[in-house]
Amino acid sequence: MALPAHATTGERIWYYVFRVLVAVVFIYLVFPILTIIPLSFNSGEFLHYPLQGVSLRWYHDVVASGQWAAAVKNSLIVGVCSMILATALGTTAAVGINRAKFPGKQLLVALLISPMMIPLVISALALYLFFAKIGLNDTYLGIILAHTILGMPFVLITVSATLQGFDYSLVNAGASLGAAPLPVFFRIVMPLILPGIVSGAMFAFATSLDEVVVVLFIAGPAHRTLPLQMFSGIREHLSPTILAVATMLIVFAGLLMLTLEFLRRRNERLNAAANVAG
Amino acid sequence: MALQDVADRSLHDKLRRAERRKKIEAVSLIGPLLLIMLIFYFIPIGMMLYRSVDNSQMREVLPETAKALVHWSGEGLPGESAYAAVVADMKVAYPARTLAGAGRRLNFDQVGFYSLLLKSGRKMKKLGGPPYKEKLIKLDKKWGNPQYWTVMKRGLKNITLLYLLRAVDLRYDDKNNIVGVPEEQAIYASIIQRTVYISLSVTILCLLIGYPLAYFMATSSASVRNLLMIGLLLVFWTSLLVRTLSWILVLQDKGVVNSFLLSLGIISHPLPLVFNRIGVYIAMTHVLLPFMVLPLYSVMAGIPSYYVRAARSLGATPIAAFFKVYTPMTLPGIGAGCLMVFIQALGYYITPALVGGPKDQMVSYFVAFFVNERVNWSMASSLGVVLLLMTGSFYLIFGKRVNITNMKLG
Repeated sequence: MALPAHATTGERIWYYVFRVLVAVVFIYLVFPILTIIPLSFNSGEFLHYPLQGVSLRWYHDVVASGQWAAAVKNSLIVGVCSMILATALGTTAAVGINRAKFPGKQLLVALLISPMMIPLVISALALYLFFAKIGLNDTYLGIILAHTILGMPFVLITVSATLQGFDYSLVNAGASLGAAPLPVFFRIVMPLILPGIVSGAMFAFATSLDEVVVVLFIAGPAHRTLPLQMFSGIREHLSPTILAVATMLIVFAGLLMLTLEFLRRRNERLNAAANVAG
Repeated sequence: MALQDVADRSLHDKLRRAERRKKIEAVSLIGPLLLIMLIFYFIPIGMMLYRSVDNSQMREVLPETAKALVHWSGEGLPGESAYAAVVADMKVAYPARTLAGAGRRLNFDQVGFYSLLLKSGRKMKKLGGPPYKEKLIKLDKKWGNPQYWTVMKRGLKNITLLYLLRAVDLRYDDKNNIVGVPEEQAIYASIIQRTVYISLSVTILCLLIGYPLAYFMATSSASVRNLLMIGLLLVFWTSLLVRTLSWILVLQDKGVVNSFLLSLGIISHPLPLVFNRIGVYIAMTHVLLPFMVLPLYSVMAGIPSYYVRAARSLGATPIAAFFKVYTPMTLPGIGAGCLMVFIQALGYYITPALVGGPKDQMVSYFVAFFVNERVNWSMASSLGVVLLLMTGSFYLIFGKRVNITNMKLG
């Protein structure tokens, strides 16, 4: 969208004004997150600039404090378990939904992705009341089940998206050559839809790692996850230790994003190659 | 029978068997997820919805009173049998410590009932034998007030609309008519209004900010686009708490924005930018912006530039070409983005709780408030029903036109 040579003065002014506008929007988007990172290396206790010196003391604090270490451990347990469950359940269901034709398919899909649309506080309240009856509040199992349900819709959506272009004659070819259904799935279908599965799994893990509302309702003190620890930290006593944790989470987000971008581009490249070949 | 017929039939059978196998396969693939969702999601949601009207625990605490009041006309005071029943119930419920819970529920309808029940329950031992009517009225004259008995009878039904009504600022009057609550007690209608207002404002802000950004991304060179996309996705993937925290730091009195403005001499005192409505708008718009920009961008990226150029060559001014040719083609993106942002904003809890003041809290906050601080599950569920109805109705009205499932997720 370069400025043409014959542009009028008005067009020229608008061209630059528009660029400045977009730059301001972009700064609004990225700047606040970036301000956290230097502050987390502050050697003083203040939460504002200028820095009083550079040190790693708050990072040391995260590692040394039992509370934060426990929160990280809890989040990893819950995140990994719910990610595995959500991915397994979501992938198989996506394959089943994609292959079969039946009435009410749209409704079923809408129901299965409803945890994504229903306000979190409603899911949290419903699970809290239900878990109170069956004794699953304040347990790992309860939080894992809750996060499985919240993360599963993302797996369903990403896997369904990769299945859209899937060529089922490959499955028939495998079967006609004598392979049983399970080997066909693991050796033919799975490698082809793997990018979708991996993105879905990452979505599920990120959802669990970022989820506060449900945990706030159903987790006891012994099962505090990282976001819950941060939430009460921000609310009660905002210390620089939280900034160190936040910086780690920003780095994690960056890694997540790069991996997903890589997967997406690989997928696009493969699709383009397949289109040329086909 | 001809050989051909046999072959046809066996082919037919084979086809049918194959179809059946396919069906079994689909069921066994979808089944496990559906079962887990049913047990751990849909049943809990259903139970929560029922909880908003469920009043059966009252009959467990005051069973005799419930029976005795069935035949009471509701005019004047009930007879001795009702008084005897309430005494019998209190004698059991007070030592069992269930009376306080019942008192709290009745107190929700009629202020003063909690203290009445507890005070009476405490004195049951010294009450002596029947008749009880006079004795109870002497104990507390509220027992001689027909209003309390109306509330008692209403409060002992298995299903109550009391909490749902209260969630929209309605109540029963002493004749069992539904009326508005007195003005000084009316809070929920304004909370619902505020929730819609904040969500709408945030949606409009996201559109105003997101549209130019998406447009720029869709029309600029690949390297600029990639840089913007990386920034956008980094924000999208960063934890909600981290983003909210960063706004607290940036907007606080000694934060970057205020120090910058102070150093320029534009202001002489720090502006109050956080823990109020301004903070809520700034942070919520930031958090939800990617949900506006991503669908807009994916629609805009598919619009070829020659439409606008054609309009221009046919004599349209740049503004006319943009608003009459380009903008209508982006409507699907606008719809998807606005719906995503608006519906999510309606249910927001964490961000307003952290960067807002007491007057900026939305419906979700009060659901959590009634669970964690008041332990009033009926009221929490009722507000949950209201929130679900709000989200559901917007989704039903607009969701048909906008395909959410097709939305690109980064």
